[in-house]
Amino acid sequence: MSATTLSYGGNGSNGNHLDYLHSPKKYKGIFNWIFSTDHKKIGILYLISMLTFFAVGVTLGFLMRLELIAPGKTIMDPQTYNQIFTLHGVIMIFLFIIPGLPAVFGNFFLPIMIGAKDVAFPRLNLFSWWLFVTGGLVALISLFLPGGPADTGWTFYIPYSVRTSTNVIPALIGAFILGFSSILTGLNFITTIHRLRAPGMSWFKMPLFAWSLYATGWVQILATPIVGITLLLVAIERWFGVGIFDPALGGDPILYQHLFWIYSHPAVYIMILPAMGVISEIIPVFSRRTIFGYKFIAFSSMAIALFGSLVWAHHMFTVGMSGTAMWLFSLLTFLVAIPSAIKVFNWVATLYKGSIELEPPMLFALSFIFNFTIGGFTGLMQGALALNIHIHDTYFIVGHFHYVMFGGTGFGIFAALHHWFPKMFGKMYNKKVAKISWLFLFIGFQLLYFPMFVMGYLGMPRRYYDYLPDFHIYHFISTIGSWILITGLIIMFTNLILALKKGEKAAANPWGGVTLEWTIPSPPIHENFEKIPVVEKEPYDYSHYEQVIEEAKN
Amino acid sequence: MAEASVNTHLHRDDVGAKIGMWLFLFTELILFGGMFLVYAVYRFTYRDFFALASKELDVFIGLINTLVLLTSSLTMAMSITALRKDNKKLSLLFLGSTIFFAFLFLVNKYFEWSAKFQHGLFPGSNELLSLPKGEIIYFGLYYVMTGLHAIHVIIGLVILLFMFVYIMKGKVNKDYYIMLENSGLYWHLVDIIWIFLFPLFYLIH
Repeated sequence: MSATTLSYGGNGSNGNHLDYLHSPKKYKGIFNWIFSTDHKKIGILYLISMLTFFAVGVTLGFLMRLELIAPGKTIMDPQTYNQIFTLHGVIMIFLFIIPGLPAVFGNFFLPIMIGAKDVAFPRLNLFSWWLFVTGGLVALISLFLPGGPADTGWTFYIPYSVRTSTNVIPALIGAFILGFSSILTGLNFITTIHRLRAPGMSWFKMPLFAWSLYATGWVQILATPIVGITLLLVAIERWFGVGIFDPALGGDPILYQHLFWIYSHPAVYIMILPAMGVISEIIPVFSRRTIFGYKFIAFSSMAIALFGSLVWAHHMFTVGMSGTAMWLFSLLTFLVAIPSAIKVFNWVATLYKGSIELEPPMLFALSFIFNFTIGGFTGLMQGALALNIHIHDTYFIVGHFHYVMFGGTGFGIFAALHHWFPKMFGKMYNKKVAKISWLFLFIGFQLLYFPMFVMGYLGMPRRYYDYLPDFHIYHFISTIGSWILITGLIIMFTNLILALKKGEKAAANPWGGVTLEWTIPSPPIHENFEKIPVVEKEPYDYSHYEQVIEEAKN
Repeated sequence: MAEASVNTHLHRDDVGAKIGMWLFLFTELILFGGMFLVYAVYRFTYRDFFALASKELDVFIGLINTLVLLTSSLTMAMSITALRKDNKKLSLLFLGSTIFFAFLFLVNKYFEWSAKFQHGLFPGSNELLSLPKGEIIYFGLYYVMTGLHAIHVIIGLVILLFMFVYIMKGKVNKDYYIMLENSGLYWHLVDIIWIFLFPLFYLIH
């Protein structure tokens, strides 16, 4: 690497500047964090709050699986079960999977990867985090109110969500606030990418993670307001009984489903696109090869954002749409598989003849491809009209979306965490333990979710509290899987937390990456770069492979 | 970015700020877009009832409010121009008039709504529930959409009040008026949405 392109502040040394964790403070203690406008600190605030919510969500999921280990009542009554699966869904979707990658790693690394000192609107960025926490707490507050949390499922389907006596309003308002936070983050990232790229960083020199965040930002901006107004309408229905979705007053409940899915389907891509971006970062680094088909991966992100917005009604094949609408949405659903497949093929092509190193981030990235492929294929199966009607609202769906969301985005988050941990905290975790935790997570995951495809295909409906003895064996395996998975989570997080305290000091470039974030010290200084870099090379240029590895060793 | 200092770094990018504001306005448009979509669906379903119900609304009050809002957009634009020409007093005068018009709009809306309430036309009232379904939906949409718009007027009003104080204190001035411009953009959005609401509810039968 020539000095002008990629080396700043003398590899690994912090020069005269303190890193962002120790830079001069305006406030002391916790206020130094929650009033900080530094994008890196905000990223870590998101990380901590998101993982806290994740822990609650995992606990709820664990309780559900425990209830389902045998037919009949095991540990809770049906009403509690309904409330727990709703809260599990709301927390995991709105508080973990949607903000997971953009808000945590996007905040931390987007400005660094494009050579900027911060995002375009640092104060707005902090405000988004405040909204995120407020929204999360509003949603969770229903746990402690009389009536308990909502029991509607995370989709809040009308008319039940208007009639139930549980606390639907806090969940709705919480989701509304979270949507606002998501919009502001997207808006901030788009403006940042347009305005703050370093000199020389043309659109096609931008790392693919930045591209995926750009596509995500547009989906966030264009789709989220619709769910905002929809949730608001449900709240208005509950408060005033206006009747917009109530057939007795002239309304149409199916309209609710259209409005809900016109956001919530694109939201699936808010969840998966940044994860795909992370995988596109990790695969070239650990195969020591330039990514195959850079432009195709970049454009396929935009294509997914576009097509993904046109397929919402495939969630509604059984509600009674016209035949034309059904086959049209089925066709569009198949189309959206093309850009996703382009990405998978390009990752595999990058691995081909690569010098693969199975470090922890790579293991998570490879399991992402594995899980996402299964999730994607089962998604295609549901896109087919006839099959969709057979498996609609069965455990097949539960299996599918857990493969995509947890197996995809969840593993993407773990991959990102292991990939960037040394950069974020300047410490290295125990790689051996990380690999063991990966093994537990991977095996536990397959055991937990694969039986769902089988029992769903055999007719086990989703969201049911009780089931026929025929399904016992599948539920049993699944529950055992949940224990293995949770063991993996405990090992993984213990390992990372211990690394924070006792970990070895990490080098500036422990993996031999060539994007901008690996050219600055770990952890980064307050303003990221001592001098704004001038970018001359492609983002995944491994033509100077030996030199990169040599520098990485220092 | 040339004058990067060591630890304190003031970043100013007026073009970026404007891009951000326009992106935000997109989201507002889409928020209302959802409502307009719902309106379109029900107008298609209950054409005749919508025509019937819309005759209940007072076109005169609606017209007054349209004129008030349009004028306020004009004074808003003039306030920005005055500030750019370094005429702080005139800018404050125009901004003050905008705030006055915004307030006037809300007063007008208050009287309009309370008249409807006195006739028993509000969501859940026996009077309204005795009407055909199409008319119930019409009034439901009327309250939700004009209500949502009124909330935006109130938010706009608060923003403009802040701007008034900032200009007085000189925080927003001839060389730094992007905040005022962005507030102006927001105010124009409020105006434009009303321009759509007015014919949809008051004029077309």
